Amino acid sequence: MTEKKLTKGNIALAEGAIQAGCRFYFGYPITPQNDIPEYLARNLPKHGGTFIPAESEIASINMVMGASASGKRAMTSSSGPGISLMQEGISYLAGSEMPAVIVNIMRCGPGLGGIAPTQGDYNQAVHGGGHGDYRNIVLAPGSVQEMFDLTIKAFELADRYRNPAMIIADAMIGQFQEPCRLTPERPVEFPEKSWALTGRRGRDPRLLKSLYLGDYEQEEHNLFLKQKYDEIQENEVMVEMQNLDDAELIIIAFGTPARVAKTAISLAREEGLRVGLIRPITLFPFPVNEIYEHSARAKNILVVEMNTGQMVRDVRIAAHKDAAIHFYGRPGGGFPFPDDVLGEIKKALGGGAR
Amino acid sequence: MYYDVIMAGFGGQGIQMISQIVALAAIRKGLNVTYLPSYGVEKRGGRTNVTLVIADEEIGSMVSNHPKCVIAMDTIAVDKYKAQVAPKGLLIANASLVPLAMLDRSDIVPLPLRCNDEALALGSAKLSNMIALGAFLQRSEILGFGDVEAVIDEVTPERLKKTIPANLEAIRRGIEIAANGSVR
Amino acid sequence: MNAIFKRPDSLKDTITHFCPGCTHGIAHRLIAETMDELGIADRTIGIPGVGCCVFLYNYFPIDVLEAPHGRAPACATGMKRAQPDKIIFAYQGDGDMAAIGTSEIIHAANRGENITVFFINNSVYGMTGGQMAPTTLLGQQTTTSPYGRDFKSEGYPIKMAEMLATLEGVAYSTRVALHSPKHVNQAKKAIRKAFEMQINEMGFSVVEMLSTCNTNWRVSPLEALKMLEREMIPYYPLGVFKERTGKDFL
Ligand SMILES: Cc1ncc(C[n+]2csc(CCOP(=O)(O)OP(=O)(O)O)c2C)c(N)n1
Ligand code: SF4
Ligand SMILES: [Mg+2]
Repeated sequence: MTEKKLTKGNIALAEGAIQAGCRFYFGYPITPQNDIPEYLARNLPKHGGTFIPAESEIASINMVMGASASGKRAMTSSSGPGISLMQEGISYLAGSEMPAVIVNIMRCGPGLGGIAPTQGDYNQAVHGGGHGDYRNIVLAPGSVQEMFDLTIKAFELADRYRNPAMIIADAMIGQFQEPCRLTPERPVEFPEKSWALTGRRGRDPRLLKSLYLGDYEQEEHNLFLKQKYDEIQENEVMVEMQNLDDAELIIIAFGTPARVAKTAISLAREEGLRVGLIRPITLFPFPVNEIYEHSARAKNILVVEMNTGQMVRDVRIAAHKDAAIHFYGRPGGGFPFPDDVLGEIKKALGGGAR
Repeated sequence: MYYDVIMAGFGGQGIQMISQIVALAAIRKGLNVTYLPSYGVEKRGGRTNVTLVIADEEIGSMVSNHPKCVIAMDTIAVDKYKAQVAPKGLLIANASLVPLAMLDRSDIVPLPLRCNDEALALGSAKLSNMIALGAFLQRSEILGFGDVEAVIDEVTPERLKKTIPANLEAIRRGIEIAANGSVR
Repeated sequence: MNAIFKRPDSLKDTITHFCPGCTHGIAHRLIAETMDELGIADRTIGIPGVGCCVFLYNYFPIDVLEAPHGRAPACATGMKRAQPDKIIFAYQGDGDMAAIGTSEIIHAANRGENITVFFINNSVYGMTGGQMAPTTLLGQQTTTSPYGRDFKSEGYPIKMAEMLATLEGVAYSTRVALHSPKHVNQAKKAIRKAFEMQINEMGFSVVEMLSTCNTNWRVSPLEALKMLEREMIPYYPLGVFKERTGKDFL
């Protein structure tokens, strides 16, 4: 039953969507995520699902909106410029409180950029991207298994909070293969959707909208959304923590850099350097408390990202005021290899001296 | 146990095939595996390279710039990866295409094999990848012939099933050459 | 000795990135030859869409703007309005024009922007690996129409040249093909006519070129040329769908 199959990250994600009960996929091709629509084009019809090769990402996200408003689980996936085009739609989804899963297998930008692994879209995903005062739920898988499991989780969270959930992964996570269990760990949750637009027969008419013109109406709506985001922050943080008990330095990283950091940490420990890891799995909600507590003791933080410094700003806000925060960033096209990270560890710990 | 290997060459040399075999055999042995193929633009250039990490502990990085072993099936692959091999590491090179003079690093173990010639001697040039695989098994010592024999059917596409016996023979041949340590 | 087959000045002497047999290369050559013949290269600016044509700047020694996917006609609009004395062409694939960029192409054409658009219809998204485009033929298998395009869920292939010809702002709309010497000659004439329309300030001109993508059709270059003739032309008829002869629109 739980046999693991060598599976590509993008395929695990696509199969995760099917297992999560997603039956509607709309998307437009863009490298490096084409495996996802190509897999779903082949396999969704076998589950009675609908696959539409949409004419653009703008169309894709709005098709998602239509299916979601109907109470169905719907998804789209893209990268870089395609995700940028979806931002208006994502903002509408958040404003009108509709669930949706949006996958970004990141490419390097700005502009057309390239397809090397990168994490340049952290800010776009976590700090808005579209207009208005909203948050996406943001999940950052760090393994092929998480590409599968977190896709299911994304659908559950999106439905539970009636909010768009984004999965962001660098191309390495999308393209590499690992043994993966392709069945859900536990039964998938399907919350009741008493807001879906299904025709008013037998009940009062329903409405999904985001336009509020009356006195204070918009503020009230925003404060209501804020309450929801606070609840998400309170209840849904996911984080992996390793080797923290004796750590003098904590590496904070997500996605591929977190994997690289694990290797660098075991190299460092072989040399007697006490290094630990905090890997945020949810980027919103961010593991603020965990970072605060551990940085209060370890006093040294090294943030590793494949960009010029995006998550590090959230770490600065979360960390204890006495913690020294170091940053090592390799934007798309470059790569933080394990011995690069080891070098940064030594620098941060003062040339290896303790 | 922690072992990383990069296998590289041009499309059609069967690099995907042998890396899939190694990956699956390792999984069946209960080991952790990461498999990172080249993607996108590199694919277009007709190059294939795969980074495999095999370990009994949790695998961190799926990328390696100092692999314990490189299998280089042509000169471009030697050029690109020779400098990366970890000190004391192993460089298996397809000497049917790669001049021996290229294997000039003294701090690593070069293993030149005339893969194409050996394969032809067994009846088909297509077996050259299996010669390299055999040598890899013999030197890396993480998997045995039996481990590979047990999964080869699963990895081989339907239309190629009839090549399995010849492939196994070529793997045996690769093991034999590597055991003798001789450049042939 | 006289060179009878010479590289046009407006084509750089480099190896292209196109797959062997791809007809993008032919279209490039025809455009370069025409720019030479009309003597306009030094005042022409090219705007490739995003697709296999995106590296246009590597092949044409002219000024080039890289536009976002599908937006080249809008970029060309801004550029032509800013410098009406320049020759502006967009070069778009079928994904670029007929999918993501339908809005921009229709409105540029409808405004009668005095620009020229070259449209490479190869029935798939070539650059991203051969997914289904709005131009994909019925029954054609692609990576995102693995069971063949079905009009019930994916609609019919879009005929851009005919559709654009219905717009008042369009001065010239034609469809040509790039699979045989005879057709290549016709294509060359169409490209010249399209540039002349712009030079004579007649309004919007578009040349749709039926093209091959042997890599993603998964056939040999030669078979791709035959498929173009056998399968594309019956659905996408060649011909001129609109040609303005005087500035009667004024
Ligand atoms: C907004 C956006 N979405 C998707 C892409 C990815 N993309 C690059 S080229 C291309 C399609 C190209 O197809 P086409 O226009 O037909 O040109 P061809 O390569 O076939 O000549 C796509 C979808 C992109 N660059 N930008
Ligand atoms: S992918 Fe297709 S369109 Fe692109 S260069 Fe190759 S043959 Fe031409
Ligand atoms: Mg195309």
